Amino acid sequence: MNFLLEPWPWYVAGPMIALCMYLMFFFDKKFGVSSNLETLCSMAGAGKLVDFFKFDWKKNLWNMAFVLGLIIGGFIAHQFMTPDENIALNPKTIDSLSSIGFENAGQTYLPDEIYGLNALFSFKGFSILLVAGLLVGFGSRYAGGCTSGHGIVGLSSLATESFIAVAGFFIGGLIMTWLILPLIY
Amino acid sequence: MKYLKFIFVGVIFGIVLSKAEVISWYRIYEMFKLQSFHMYGVIGSAVVIGFFIVRGFKSHKLKSITHQNILVEEKKKGIPRNLFGGIIFGLGWALGGACPGPMFILLGKGVLAITVVLLGAVLGAFLYHSIKHKLPH
Repeated sequence: MNFLLEPWPWYVAGPMIALCMYLMFFFDKKFGVSSNLETLCSMAGAGKLVDFFKFDWKKNLWNMAFVLGLIIGGFIAHQFMTPDENIALNPKTIDSLSSIGFENAGQTYLPDEIYGLNALFSFKGFSILLVAGLLVGFGSRYAGGCTSGHGIVGLSSLATESFIAVAGFFIGGLIMTWLILPLIY
Repeated sequence: MKYLKFIFVGVIFGIVLSKAEVISWYRIYEMFKLQSFHMYGVIGSAVVIGFFIVRGFKSHKLKSITHQNILVEEKKKGIPRNLFGGIIFGLGWALGGACPGPMFILLGKGVLAITVVLLGAVLGAFLYHSIKHKLPH
């Protein structure tokens, strides 16, 4: 059972992701995470402000159940299946991170520089976290899908729209990683 | 409980993305730095197998649990919505190192700071629907 505790290689993860997609359709639903953001808005009463959110969020509870599963899965993996958080990053990645001031890259899942408590409780750090979320939430609903809906389902169906959206993901990601991150750190 | 099966799939998905380090900010950075095959392998192999699964749906060889044909909804057409929405999403994905699935998984991992990212994401979805009539689609 040792392999369960080691990092899983891409050729295990990819097929398992496809299996998850299959199961959601097999259960007469669909596979996509970002629409839950709209459900959360609706549950919080956003329908009073914007008509779009006046839908009956109870019909999306199946997808909120999936989200609850994600939270439980993250808990289980962290508590029982990850004795060592070291990530085998490319040494070049560690170098380029250290050149913008990120120490200890790859020794844990998340950089303290972004997710640590000092960052969270600083104005700059809090703003970065909030803006990252805003961009993901806004962009995924503008495009009508995120990495699961466009990236996995859309590309698997060879949908032109999803190829455009995923090209957009990469344009945005490359701009952030190569041009903007070195400016803000 | 009729929702149990969806919780179950979510748990599997959450464990897979955790164990394959897809929820790691560093893996996303490394991917956009084009310095590792890992993330491309994860997404690429999911899409290759997904392609055959969707083909099974379309040819009606794979049926749902209720023996219905499975329909994959088409995405909304339009270059601006997909391109601009995609770029905005990509900027946020590379900044926070988390797309929507991993945000919830990191919440389960107990990362306090992810609550701010999640709050931002919910506000972002709200903001989009507040101003969408002014945007090109």
